[in-house]
Amino acid sequence: MELNGAQIVIQSLKDEGVEYIFGYPGGAVLHLYDALFQQEDVKHILVRHEQGATHAADGYARATGKPGVVLVTSGPGATNAITGIATAYMDSIPMVVISGQVPSPVIGSDAFQEVDMVGITRPCVKHNFLVKDVTKLAETIKKAFYVATTGRPGPVVVDIPKDITDPKIKVPYKYPKKVSIRSYNPAVTGHKGQIKKAVDLLLTAQKPIIYSGGGVILGEASKELVEFSQLLGFPVTNTLMGLGAYPATDKQFVGMLGMHGTYEANMAMHDSDVIIAIGARFDDRVTGKLDQFCPHAQIIHIDVDPASISKTVKVTVPIVGEVKPVLEQMMEMLRESKKKPSKKALESWWKQIEQWRAIKCMEYDRNSPLIKPQYVIEQLYEVTKGEAYITSDVGQHQMWAAQYYPFDKPRHWINSGGLGTMGFGLPAAIGVKLAFPESEVACVTGDGSIQMCIQELSTALQYNAPVKIINLNNSYLGMVRQWQEFTYESRYSHSYMDTIPDFVKLTEAYGHVGIRISKPEEVRPALEEAFAMKERTVFLDILTDRTENVYPMIEAGKAHNDMKLRVANGTSTDRELA
Amino acid sequence: MRHIISILIENESGALSRVAGLFSARGYNIESLTVAPTEDPSLSRMTLVTRGNDDIIEQITKQLNKLIDVVKLIDLADSVHIERELMMVKIRATEQTREEIRSLADIFRGKIIDVTPTTYIVEMTGPSSKLDAFIAAIDGDTIIEVVRSGPTGISRGEKGLHL
Repeated sequence: MELNGAQIVIQSLKDEGVEYIFGYPGGAVLHLYDALFQQEDVKHILVRHEQGATHAADGYARATGKPGVVLVTSGPGATNAITGIATAYMDSIPMVVISGQVPSPVIGSDAFQEVDMVGITRPCVKHNFLVKDVTKLAETIKKAFYVATTGRPGPVVVDIPKDITDPKIKVPYKYPKKVSIRSYNPAVTGHKGQIKKAVDLLLTAQKPIIYSGGGVILGEASKELVEFSQLLGFPVTNTLMGLGAYPATDKQFVGMLGMHGTYEANMAMHDSDVIIAIGARFDDRVTGKLDQFCPHAQIIHIDVDPASISKTVKVTVPIVGEVKPVLEQMMEMLRESKKKPSKKALESWWKQIEQWRAIKCMEYDRNSPLIKPQYVIEQLYEVTKGEAYITSDVGQHQMWAAQYYPFDKPRHWINSGGLGTMGFGLPAAIGVKLAFPESEVACVTGDGSIQMCIQELSTALQYNAPVKIINLNNSYLGMVRQWQEFTYESRYSHSYMDTIPDFVKLTEAYGHVGIRISKPEEVRPALEEAFAMKERTVFLDILTDRTENVYPMIEAGKAHNDMKLRVANGTSTDRELA
Repeated sequence: MRHIISILIENESGALSRVAGLFSARGYNIESLTVAPTEDPSLSRMTLVTRGNDDIIEQITKQLNKLIDVVKLIDLADSVHIERELMMVKIRATEQTREEIRSLADIFRGKIIDVTPTTYIVEMTGPSSKLDAFIAAIDGDTIIEVVRSGPTGISRGEKGLHL
């Protein structure tokens, strides 16, 4: 079969099984868009800004496990995509970004809409390619998908100069079934000796804890994590990225850990003698002050990326490999072992954890005349029966969603954890809804974040992707305001927006439904009304208590046992509970 | 501590910038960097001299290995190895100093590879410390130009860095 470069790109995507491509046309990709026009297998979603394209593809990837695919033009199209690429990179999301480039002969001449995409994306991609020869195009695309989806996943950019997609130049096409790259051989199974050491250590633990992260979800190892945890009877804590990997409603789950984690999770980490970190990377929002991190613990760390191991925290037993096969190897050894974890030790450990749990660190003032954001999330959980896909932006609302919506299934909690990208939630929700049109998809957001990619409301209408937007509107950049309250003596420097748009009218202008509420008793009915409108995108503008803060909180640079807690009457206080 | 990291890397455009970019992005320092194609033209060999404690060097080697273009690498400081650097020094040579420079170059096993009525160019290879010693031995005012390749290294014995 002879195809031109543009057809090769589209045919390669087809052969790769790509369903959706999120993009925005422009000069350097016109040949590609012409080829797209002449087929129907790969569906193109026209976003309103390239950042939206990357986030939508990212949301699609997080919800499905399949790589998200993006198509942007050169220059500004490419640079607009950077935030979304970096977002995917920080959270290890498989993504292939095809960017147009100016024609090869003018590369380097500061041509119209030229930017060095390979250079500019280098620090925020897993790998990138500049295609210089049309006969290498199909193979390069195959390599891009291979690199993006294997090992520790990540975004890969394929930069294609316009002359490479010239419709007049046809070459034989064959999409490779497999590619191998001699310099790239990610580990799959773990080293047996290391696994044996880990098992021995687990069996001697007196105060163990399982600390699991996004790698469990990326590695499709949720089922194995549950089996493994139940086999041992150890407490489980999840990172922000790992929520849903272990069912949050299970009694062994002690909640999220880290800066806004639960009291019991952080205290258990601090007091533990053996930690097994599974697909988690000891992020600073998790560890707090490094030299006081888990001072008594020996640490086992399973990660597919060797560079994640002992990067910030030295570990006792490193295991490089994919989470799923390593957990399977470990369970096999555990089952064969004659030793069992000490029942007595575990019982007293659980007793201690239950005492921490009894503090009820997540309580808030339920009698307030104002709408408490936590209450909104709890009601959202009930109305959606805990089964919705929840995307979020970044800030207080993100933490409340993580804290008050117990996720029982993986891939249902979709947020920008590593980069912390405001504007992520709405386009990500559209990507999720396209992947699962029958499921409920809600974007929990705030009045600051939503305005960063609000133009994608238009995309939701065009492609019939009805999502529910839960806007926790406090007229503040809430998390910034909270930090200013705690550490800058309430000098609220530029964290207040004086002119917030009328979101109801704005939503209506985009062709959707807008509802505004300001009283607690309106929350439940409004949510029910919104979710009853299956075919409509609904923007719930919820005016919440403007002074509410996220608790518990470990302030930056403090240790796990140094938490700011809320007291029962709704005001905050520092309590040394070590 | 000083480490010499030898890297086999795909001989492709952009590969060098990935390595250099990694060092700047993560705040590691590069003391010197040399690169040239190997006997297999699809591969380049890079020798990189850096400094850091064991934890930093461990991260550097892991992060380098993570780059898709990096095929293999070794830290030469881990084993017995031979290290050489090439230097050329252009020295102002007057009637009075010509003899002295020549004998000094001899002592250091250097070669005079270019002569003009007023200058010598001395070529010298050896461990970096030897080159430093030569520079220190000659009168600084007479040096017109120094060019050094940066060290390259190879491990001793049967083992080698190859595919």
